[in-house]
Parts: sequence; structure tokens; C-alpha cells
Amino acid sequence: MEIKILGTGCAKCKTLEKLTRDVVAENNINANITKVEDIMDIMKMGVMATPALVVDGKIVMKGRLPSSDEIKQMILNA
Amino acid sequence: MTNTKLFGIPIIILTLLLTLYHFLQPLTNWLIDSVLNLEKGSHLTEAIRFFVFEFPKVMILLTIIIFFVGIIRTFFTAERTRKALEGKKTFTGNVMAASLGIVTPFCSCSAIPLFLGFVESGVPLSVTFSFLIAAPMINEVAIILLYGLFGWQVAAIYVGTGLMVAIVAGYLIGKLKLEKWVEPWVYAVEMGDTGSTENKINLESRITQGYEAVKEIVSKVWLYVALGILVGAGAHGYVPEDFMAALMGKSAWYSVPLSILIGIPLYSNAAGIVPIVSVLIEKGASLGTALAFMMSVIGLSLPEMVILRKVLKMPLIITFIAIVGSGIMLVGFLFNFLM
Repeated sequence: MEIKILGTGCAKCKTLEKLTRDVVAENNINANITKVEDIMDIMKMGVMATPALVVDGKIVMKGRLPSSDEIKQMILNA
Repeated sequence: MTNTKLFGIPIIILTLLLTLYHFLQPLTNWLIDSVLNLEKGSHLTEAIRFFVFEFPKVMILLTIIIFFVGIIRTFFTAERTRKALEGKKTFTGNVMAASLGIVTPFCSCSAIPLFLGFVESGVPLSVTFSFLIAAPMINEVAIILLYGLFGWQVAAIYVGTGLMVAIVAGYLIGKLKLEKWVEPWVYAVEMGDTGSTENKINLESRITQGYEAVKEIVSKVWLYVALGILVGAGAHGYVPEDFMAALMGKSAWYSVPLSILIGIPLYSNAAGIVPIVSVLIEKGASLGTALAFMMSVIGLSLPEMVILRKVLKMPLIITFIAIVGSGIMLVGFLFNFLM
């Protein structure tokens, strides 16, 4: 599974990355997590409000900071 | 989560908070006069009374209103706002952009992607600016604090004049045709499709966002509110009433531009600045001057300019500051003249 965190480096983006890594570790999800910080790349994916969460190329959440439970659901349902 | 739990818990909490809010004044008096039995009318007693009443009052207001703002904001996403502004003519577009700036979730870290997204979809520069001015300047925490400390009239003046500044400044920037001062790479941005990935969000998540907003904002601002009101409490009894009159009073016309200049490099969140402004006013500063100072601190911030420098050339940044600063100055003069 490919998980991407889109964000230019604001506090919420960092928290999202941390939460996502925790969720993946706790649930033994086999995923590769990368952070996309380049604004051009973020725009190309059609994201205007950061942070955003991308699972296997699909944007599952953007513009807010979801709870760990929500992140888990988003990853598993993607 | 069941529906009873989903709606029941917020309703119970809300009722408790409102009850506490309602009985806060007698409760404070009972605590100060009967339980602690402090000497009535002394400076220290009155300062303590001020803090013990004002701090919980403001925090209750903040909690309740931020909860609802958090829920309302889930309906206004950046994509929807962009869509609403697409192809809008100036003026109508400026009015809409400034109004949407109040409710669309915004933090200075998302100013760049928003700017790029707006420009890419053909929202005029002038309309984009109205949004970028209103979004930080008309801040929900400031509205609540102004309401709590001054009453609804001042809160309404703040929202009204803030909207006016954002609309007129954006309109003027459009008239000046400053597109040449936007960094060229901005126009090269190719934006992916935003429509296909509309945020799916259910009612439960919306209410959760309300709790999250309260947690996030209250944990961030409570200390500033406490410090601001503490300064207010200290000044309440001890600093003479007309202490600020000479410096920031009505008669000192130069105080308006001076306050704005001082306000630009000062970067405080709304929660810290409003209690300070209430002290300034209590000690003789005029409303117009204090309002101008506050708008400058919140609306014109150096860190945001540094972020915007990535997409705007220096002359445009300076024009932006000059136009918004002049607008705030007019607001200051107007209220000093009227009141």
C-alpha cells in the first residue's frame, strides 16, 4: 500500500504524518508512507487545502486533521 | 455512535455551560465576598473579582461558539469557495470573496495552495486578494472576545469594517492591474482535478470536527486569554483612567497611523490582542485607534507576508500592505470621528 501525506510543513501536516505512522504501525498495515512537500506536486494532485491524505493514488481526506480512528478507517476502506 | 449519544452529549454540555454562564456573576460575588471574605471595594479585591468573572466568561463563550464554528466550517471547503468564485466579476466577486473569507477554514500555512488554486481556476487577482485579506483579519476568536468584552455592537463594527476593507482593497488592487507582479511560475501551475475527490463527511464527523476545533483552539489560546485578562485585572484598579488618553486618545490624530505601523510587525493571535485592546480602551484609548491597532496586528502580519513573498513580487507585497493599511487607517479615523 502506498500512503502519501501532502503538506508544506505546517503543524497540522506534521501531526497527520505522525498519526498515520502510528496507525499503520499499530495495525500492522503493510504500507509505504511518504511525505510530499513540493507545492507543485501537491497542486498537481488537485489539493488546495493541506494537509491531505492519499492512499494508493486516491485522495481520501484533505483540509483538516482527522482522528486516529478516522485515519484507520480511511486507510482500510481505500 | 448512537444518535442519542451523538446529540445528547453536546446538548448536556451546552446546557451546563449556559447555566454556569448565567450564574457566573452571583457565583463570583459569593466566592469573593462570602467565601474568601475579601475587603469590599479595595483595588486588589476588585482586580481579583474582574479576573474571576471575566476569564471563565470568555472561555465559556469561546468553547460554545468555536464548537459551532467548527461544525459550520465543515460545510465550507476551499474547493467549494473556489468554485463559488470562479468567473465572478469584480465587485460582486470581491463581496463574495470577503464574506467567504470569514467562514472558509484558513491558516496562513495554506495561503499559498489557496492562492495558486484560485489563480489557476481563473478567479481574478482582485477577488483572490479580498479573500486573502478577510480570511485572517476577520477572525472568529476575535469576534467572540469582542462580543464578550465589549458587547455585540463593537463585534459587529469589527466584522463590518473588516469586510469593507477587504472588499475595497481587493477591488483597488484589481483596478491597478498588478498581475505583472505575481511570480511567473504561479501561472505555470497545473492543477489536478479537485472535483472527483470531494470530501465525503458524515454528520458524526462534522460534530467530531466541532470537538476538535474546541480542543485545538482552546488549548492554543487559553493562556493568552488568561494573560490578557490578568493584565486587564491589574490595570483595572491601579492604572489611572486617562493613562492612555494622551497617547491613543481621540485628540491625538497621529495615533491611528502610528498604531497601525506598530501593529504590522507585532504578530499575536486574536486571543491575546483583544483583552489588551480592552485595557487600552478602558484607560482612555479611543475606539477607532484601538480597533485600527487590533486589525493591523491580526490582519497585517509579517510572517504571512514572508509566506506570500513566494508567489508575489516585493512591489505587490508593499502595495498590498499600503492599501490594506490605508483602509484600516480610514476605519480608525472614521470611528474616532463618529464616537
